[in-house]
Amino acid sequence: MKKKTKIDLNTIKKQKALLIWGGLLTIYGFIFYYLPLTGWLMAFQNYKPKDGILHSQFVGLAKFVRLFSDVTFLKVIRNTLAMGVINLVVTFITAIAFAILLNEVRSNFGKRTVQTISYLPHFLSWIIVTGILHDALSGTGIVNDILMKLGIVDQGINFFAHTQYFWPIVAFANVWKETGWNAIIYLAAITSIDPALYEAASIDGAGRWAKILHVTLPGIKPTIIILLLMNVGNVLNAGFEIQYLLGNGLVQSVSQTIDIYVLKWGISQGDYSIGTAAGIFKSLVSIILIVLANQIAKRSGEERLF
Amino acid sequence: MANGNNNINLKNPPLSGSDNNNKNRAAAAKRRKVSAGDKAFTICNTIFMILFVVITLYPVLNTLAISFNDGTDALRGGIYLIPRKFTLKNYITVMQKDNLITGAYITVLRTLIGTLLALVTNAILAYIVSRKEFIFRRALSLFWVITMYVNGGLIPTFLLYKNLHLTNTFWVYVIPGTISAFNMLVIRTYMNGISESLTEAAQIDGAGYTTIFLKVISPLCKPVYATIALFVAVYQWNSWFDAMLYNRMSDQYTTLQYELMKLLSSVTNQGTSAEAMKNAMGTVTPTSVRAAATIITMLPIICIYPFLQNYFVTGLTLGGVKE
Repeated sequence: MKKKTKIDLNTIKKQKALLIWGGLLTIYGFIFYYLPLTGWLMAFQNYKPKDGILHSQFVGLAKFVRLFSDVTFLKVIRNTLAMGVINLVVTFITAIAFAILLNEVRSNFGKRTVQTISYLPHFLSWIIVTGILHDALSGTGIVNDILMKLGIVDQGINFFAHTQYFWPIVAFANVWKETGWNAIIYLAAITSIDPALYEAASIDGAGRWAKILHVTLPGIKPTIIILLLMNVGNVLNAGFEIQYLLGNGLVQSVSQTIDIYVLKWGISQGDYSIGTAAGIFKSLVSIILIVLANQIAKRSGEERLF
Repeated sequence: MANGNNNINLKNPPLSGSDNNNKNRAAAAKRRKVSAGDKAFTICNTIFMILFVVITLYPVLNTLAISFNDGTDALRGGIYLIPRKFTLKNYITVMQKDNLITGAYITVLRTLIGTLLALVTNAILAYIVSRKEFIFRRALSLFWVITMYVNGGLIPTFLLYKNLHLTNTFWVYVIPGTISAFNMLVIRTYMNGISESLTEAAQIDGAGYTTIFLKVISPLCKPVYATIALFVAVYQWNSWFDAMLYNRMSDQYTTLQYELMKLLSSVTNQGTSAEAMKNAMGTVTPTSVRAAATIITMLPIICIYPFLQNYFVTGLTLGGVKE
């Protein structure tokens, strides 16, 4: 099966259609995915739009030095990492827990209904989700309503005016939106567990809880690890839409992420060099994270991505 | 499993008669206890599921109620699932807003064109890299997989679109990002699962690559095509950032979600005086109009997704399986 395909005129003629289409799509890919990489040069320049990349003055790492001496940027890194990690951990745990518990629902109708409903928030845009959050958390919203009726607070809390609520709100929004969707893959993994294992556990007198711990969880462990690896590299990517839409002047110190910083400096202030430098930093950290996660998985003898 | 076997051995030692009785009784007691535990588990689980459904659905139903409620009345709060002062004015106001109509038109257009383009290009690419005999198979796969992890970032991309004169046009929504390596890989995985004997038979009948793609492979790929179409359609429908970034100056290319975002910020900033005056009918507020716009925006998706469940479950599961 592994024999090397010879490249000769005959093969090329035979594969003409593949070559033409493949070539066209490669040109497309080159323009839209690889050409922007040349823009990274801007981070090492004092980029002026009128000079372009070819004629702007090179300044070495000066832009990076300025970036890391900016206190705001250091805070921005902290925010991005903190929210990325919190979201990753929280959405992972809830999705796995939800999948396992849903699998334990005995009635097929109930299971299907809950599952269908659980997908719904995934299909809503962040615009809609943040709008809903604003309503629910407003002074007259349902959350303050419940808190006041339970006597926990006397007056409605303005959740969007205090920094300590911002990260939990973002985490909750992510959980609300994606739990059902993320659970799909775990449910699929659970269905592929050999039923004989459950029978054997039953004979041993294991209750449902014990079966979850000793059969279901070990059964989906490879899936959990693969997904964790795939998501670790995305930790820094998880911070734009919701923070941009929910953030306001009062919570800026905890809501700004790298992407928002790039947008603010690059597009609004027109400093392309500093914005690009911040973007490169993000890409590098992401790649390092993926490779690290992969190495750790490899060393502990688990599945890995590449 | 080793654990399980140990347990069985421990539980079945050779027993004398009376011992056996005792053990039986103990086992029965244990069974009862286990089933009581199971019962508690079932009850807790059911409560949890109900709570989950309530938390998921309540915000949506609440928005629905507010959208049908008199705007000024809604400001008093206390509306949960049923409108207090029923009105259709919010919806009428939405229908009369020109920018929302334009946004809806552009959004439908970009969803249709964007989905079609993405489907065709991703399918062709997946077909090419799934041909085992293709000479550049590995190189082409690698070329696209790299794009999943490395990209130029916001500013270089922005400048590129500007240089290509894509900004302030409709095409910026559908031409960049049409091929996504992830979607392509999902289709490829599915195509790899199609028996080679089918393509070989077609080849013997004299079919070329194009014919095999159109007549043999694509009809079998309908499920995965539907999955990808759904993914792309939802992405297109929900996009707002590209409208804000690339077409801020071109109101004729605004999208529904972007208009919704503007409504949201007008509500949160409380800079609502201009907005409120424009709607001097007195009974609509930015909040209630936004609720109506939100419902209209989510309606198409809510109506479609339950019927496509099997497709996206398959697609996601395929995506998670690596080669």
